[in-house]
Amino acid sequence: MKRDCSIDIRHLTRVEGHGNILIRISGGKLVEARWAVVETPRFFEVMVKGMSAERVPFLTSRICGICSISHALASIRALERAMQVTPPPAAEALRLLAMHGETLQSHALHLFFLALPDFAGTPGILPLLESHPELVRAGLHLKELGNEISTVTAGRCTHPVSLVLGGLSKAPDRNHLQQLLDIIGERKSALEVACDFFASLDIPQFERETEFISLHNGSTYPFIGGELVSTDGVRRSENDYLLMTNEYLTEFSTSKFTRCSRESSAAGALARFNNNSAFLHPEAKKAAEKLGLRKVSHNPFMNNIARLAECVHILYDAEALIEQLLGTNLQEIRTHFTPKAGSATGAVEAPRGILYHHLETDEEGRVTKADCIIPTTQNNANIHFDLHALALQSLEEGKTDREIEKLAEMLVRSYDPCISCSVH
Amino acid sequence: MKNPVYTFEKLKFASFEFTCCEGCQLQLANREASLEAFFSLLDVRTFREISSEKHDDYDIAFVEGSISRSDEIERLLAIRRQAKTLVAFGTCACFGGVNSLKNRFPIKESIAEVYDGLPVETLPVRKISDIVKVDLSIPGCPVAKEEIERIVVNLVTGSLPAMPKYPVCVECKERLNTCLFDLGEICLGPVTRAGCSAVCTSGKTPCLGCRGPAEDSNFPAFMELVKERGLSRRDLQEKLGFYNAFEAYTVHET
Repeated sequence: MKRDCSIDIRHLTRVEGHGNILIRISGGKLVEARWAVVETPRFFEVMVKGMSAERVPFLTSRICGICSISHALASIRALERAMQVTPPPAAEALRLLAMHGETLQSHALHLFFLALPDFAGTPGILPLLESHPELVRAGLHLKELGNEISTVTAGRCTHPVSLVLGGLSKAPDRNHLQQLLDIIGERKSALEVACDFFASLDIPQFERETEFISLHNGSTYPFIGGELVSTDGVRRSENDYLLMTNEYLTEFSTSKFTRCSRESSAAGALARFNNNSAFLHPEAKKAAEKLGLRKVSHNPFMNNIARLAECVHILYDAEALIEQLLGTNLQEIRTHFTPKAGSATGAVEAPRGILYHHLETDEEGRVTKADCIIPTTQNNANIHFDLHALALQSLEEGKTDREIEKLAEMLVRSYDPCISCSVH
Repeated sequence: MKNPVYTFEKLKFASFEFTCCEGCQLQLANREASLEAFFSLLDVRTFREISSEKHDDYDIAFVEGSISRSDEIERLLAIRRQAKTLVAFGTCACFGGVNSLKNRFPIKESIAEVYDGLPVETLPVRKISDIVKVDLSIPGCPVAKEEIERIVVNLVTGSLPAMPKYPVCVECKERLNTCLFDLGEICLGPVTRAGCSAVCTSGKTPCLGCRGPAEDSNFPAFMELVKERGLSRRDLQEKLGFYNAFEAYTVHET
């Protein structure tokens, strides 16, 4: 069937930041499919120059309003490795707990505020408060719990206050940790509501063989530091992040593109799952099974399901972490250090995927050079090539313009792009 | 006759973002327990981050972020033409925020360093009031949702939104925190506008002044304190310059 179709979405909604989708079909043939990031760049790598090491995480956390804890911890890890500072074990556990809170908050925000309206056919979450009150409240309960976990451990959920070089500036109150345990217990039912609902959805059938990149440590589901691995069998150490990313520029995007073994690669929940599903909490494994998620999944729409499986993992792992923390001395949470010259990479698994900060300092610990590679930057090329394949498949299936447009929007959203973050 | 002060009409609300991290808009979706009540006060006409609906008939616009590209100026001018009330929302909008740190370096060098010579457009960072008239400024990095809730109630009921004139120091003392000056740290709590519940200093990290200068504070006495304690001048400048919120004072003091 010969046909023409032109999709031109400016400033896609329900994503963080500004991006455009362009698909052009002429005479039944795909002419162009493109994902263009048009966000205003902020130049964080320049801003941070000359800044004292201790102040850096407070600046870099401002790269992103959703994953500020990940950014703070990536900088902290880079600087601690550069200056050979080892934080106390309790601080490491608290940092992981802070990240769990952030990931839960971010995933719940994505699943319920950004993705759910597509499946429900509404423009946003607000109409769903009336049509699906129990479901929306379950989402809000999970998001609130995520924020609570981060607030108790890091002092504030957006732009943390107590995550500092050497550990934490202040330990959480034991009573607050105990209260968190109680809330986690209560909120497991919200998780069940969410899993039942998402298990009932028709996830779009679309696959494009992809190289998935994530952290890996061989013993736990990875969040902070470790080896860099890909489903194509590449393994690198943290400091060799550039070999994993190979950033390049395109003319139509203010965010850079990356690649590893192929023309593009993917990071994020599905990438973490594909490389590390063996290390999920047993309850999360059960949820993944129930939701039809199996490794290695090449369907980007399954990112939503991987996010939900991670929420299950986080609730149970946070519970275990808090129980462990309540049995330890929370006085020793900070190692004092003397600033010095050095250079290292800090990699963490931000909610949207692997995040690298590479920092170099002078003898006073002031930053001389910075490089930040953001998860969404690593997904931009994959989104771009996915769009191409999705448009071709939709054309073959005889989908209408409106159907192609909706699928394209859903595809981009499934990566939960954090665009202002990617154009830092 | 109905008193207009007590007429409860939803605000025809729109939210926009410019050069920023969108963390302030995210706060609008936080405090989940009161979220339904909060949104019951708003008739959301445009809020791209959470809804695909887009209508241009709003009365009040929350504008997050600073301005660093010419297309942003155009968009901002259009918002100003439509909005009866334009709110500078968050520290980037009010003062330029951390983005202003870019202004310390020549634009050409910055582009060359980050984009390898690709012709990317970027202007020196400016705050919203440098471009258009601002009716209400709500600072904070990020803004405090409790304060937003209070201000939205003020706007709905037609009462004047008020912010503390006293410094963060007052709120910090109320929380019985150990003073960071006594731990040898420079803290901007004595000169920064309160309203954040002293969240940073309560986490034992110094205030960096995201809410800008407090009306009721004594800047010369603060400078005297830093000098008296023999604290680092460079550290002071780094802190005062962090959010560009103390521009008048930093220019004066260097």
